[in-house]
Amino acid sequence: MSATTAVNENTRSMMERNVSMDKTSALEMERQADMEAYKTIGSPLVKDAKMSARNVNVFYGDKQAILDVSLDIGRNEVLAMIGPSGCGKSTFLRTLNRMNDIIPICRVQGDITLDGEDIYKSNQDTVMLRARVGMVFQKPNPFPKSIYENVAYGPRIHGLAHSKAEMDEIVENSLRRASLFDEVKDQLDKPGTGLSGGQQQRLCIARAIAVSPEVILMDEPCSALDPIATARIEELIDDLKEKYTIAIVTHSMQQAARVSQRTAYFHLGKLIEVGSTKDIFTIPQHQLTENYITGRFG
Amino acid sequence: MSDSRQSSTTLAIQASLKKRYARERRFQWYGRLAVLTGFIFLFILLADIIVKGSPAFTQHYIELDIDFSAEMLGVGENPSAEEIASADFLAVVKDSLREQFPDVTGRSEKKALYRLISIRAEYTLRDMVLADPGLIGTHKNVWLLAHAEAGSYLKGQVDVTAPEAERRVKDAQVAWLDTLRAEGRTESRFNSTFFLSGDSREPELAGIKAALYGSFFTLMVTFCLAFPIGVMAAIYLEEFAPRNRLTDLIEININNLAAVPSIVFGLLGLAVFINFFELPRSAPLVGGIVLSLMTLPTIIITSRAAIQAVSPSIHEAAMGVGASKLQTVFHHVLPVAMPGILTGSIIGMAQALGETAPLLMIGMVAFIMDVPGGVTDPSTVLPVQIYLWADSPERGFTEKTSAAIMVLMGFLILMNALAVYLRKRFELK
Repeated sequence: MSATTAVNENTRSMMERNVSMDKTSALEMERQADMEAYKTIGSPLVKDAKMSARNVNVFYGDKQAILDVSLDIGRNEVLAMIGPSGCGKSTFLRTLNRMNDIIPICRVQGDITLDGEDIYKSNQDTVMLRARVGMVFQKPNPFPKSIYENVAYGPRIHGLAHSKAEMDEIVENSLRRASLFDEVKDQLDKPGTGLSGGQQQRLCIARAIAVSPEVILMDEPCSALDPIATARIEELIDDLKEKYTIAIVTHSMQQAARVSQRTAYFHLGKLIEVGSTKDIFTIPQHQLTENYITGRFG
Repeated sequence: MSDSRQSSTTLAIQASLKKRYARERRFQWYGRLAVLTGFIFLFILLADIIVKGSPAFTQHYIELDIDFSAEMLGVGENPSAEEIASADFLAVVKDSLREQFPDVTGRSEKKALYRLISIRAEYTLRDMVLADPGLIGTHKNVWLLAHAEAGSYLKGQVDVTAPEAERRVKDAQVAWLDTLRAEGRTESRFNSTFFLSGDSREPELAGIKAALYGSFFTLMVTFCLAFPIGVMAAIYLEEFAPRNRLTDLIEININNLAAVPSIVFGLLGLAVFINFFELPRSAPLVGGIVLSLMTLPTIIITSRAAIQAVSPSIHEAAMGVGASKLQTVFHHVLPVAMPGILTGSIIGMAQALGETAPLLMIGMVAFIMDVPGGVTDPSTVLPVQIYLWADSPERGFTEKTSAAIMVLMGFLILMNALAVYLRKRFELK
């Protein structure tokens, strides 16, 4: 209990810092006004977080996509982010490994840390960050190269393997952990794009874990897959959490309920409610959350 | 009520269906007609060029009994090489022709008779004797290249029913050639001269080798400049450059440059490279630079389009595993964009191969007999050679013009085939 209080105090001091910093901006004033209108319900902060976001605001040009979100991702937990389309959950996910950097008009405010280290600090190397925080995308996007090359590419550019045998081992282990190895072991030299959708997505997961990241971000990884392929990916996520910290964005509430330990509900750029998955789906506190999970959206 | 409404909808649809299908069929016919028209014109063009040009690939030779007597050649018993080189081989040829047709007496008649054989004969014989001085004092039957006009008669291109004054091959020459042919002293051979020599005033001696080499050197210069610069510019503009007013301006200017008439690039080349930098006139180096300026916008625009067409998911995938921007571009984006880049570049090169106007401005329109040995030697290029020949009054050059066009088209087809092949190869990977 005392830990939570400390964290809360911490948050407040950070907020105050933000306020004093950006007092002049009219946009900021508006945001402040908006912010006062809501407060995240539940427990966004955890003890011993792997990644933590504090007072994060994301803008696309003049449009604000994320409003003052503070959220922790605990070590070796699966955090699901749900919410209606355009609620900012994917945007938030992408701020976690600075994937938003490629969008020139995107601006991120606030603090995001990985193991207590600010990932937006000016000397932060994005290559390093993305090697530690891997990502699996909505649409399976294997490289138009062989299955082997797909998995080997990351370790190769980071120089993780010193011999062919070592690389073979990394590839095999990654494919095994993505439970794809048995299906493709005889066709490693075939193009990865020739696999089925579900296999492609597992290949992308294998590719992500080949560089041994600490955190894996998954952006609706099953939205393009059929229920059988989805079930396999979900099993996989369950296995992966032994080793990795996972944040997953999903449109499927059943999926969130099945794979995650904590769930965060986003609405129009705001983080409305966070809590243990069981609580969110059984006793939602906020009206919006309840409407969404019961399908009475509005 | 709902039934009647439904049936009225059905009726309305039925009434309009016929019209819709008719419109579709009509449109398809317009399309077929357009394609057919295009093909007919293409066919006429190609047929005309092939019919006119194919005779240029053969040449007629006439067999003469040559008397290599020392007296006739005006040399001593055991002549040195210099003596042989300066011997009067033309007299030998003339003598042989006179002996073949002993009843030719008048001065102008004799001149007409001599015009049956190409002036090359002199050199052919000289080379023969230089190679084998033992020939001196012997008689030998030698096949000599026919003059272009005699050749055109032998190829059946001369209409002998036309009034004599309107033909270049006169009645007497026709009679002599007929006699020679009856005696089996004429022969059609493959025209290797066309591929092995440079331009000449004599149609039967003119060839495209100098122009081919000129085209080759020019294109090499163009490729070496335009391809790396164009692709690098495209990569930078597409992947690295910030989007701001300056890059917008650059983009607009590149697009405008692609539409600038090519002769303007020639003027630029003349003013900048020849007059200011004092690079050699008529050289493939300058021609190549000018053509690369002309080709650059094409390469940049097509390369940018190819790079842009690469799915952003590939970018994300590469960035997601921690590839740097450069690694992303070179490991993933470029290989996928390469077929498009190559196709665009080769099409740009094909454009450069067929370009004439800017080269006229920098003096590549010269009469070049010698094959250029490098990028600074005076030379001409295939399309300019075609332009020069098309301008020549001699009948023999008409077929050369068409034949050179055939060769040029052959190279264009080859380059486009290469583009298709490379695209297929890269797409397989």
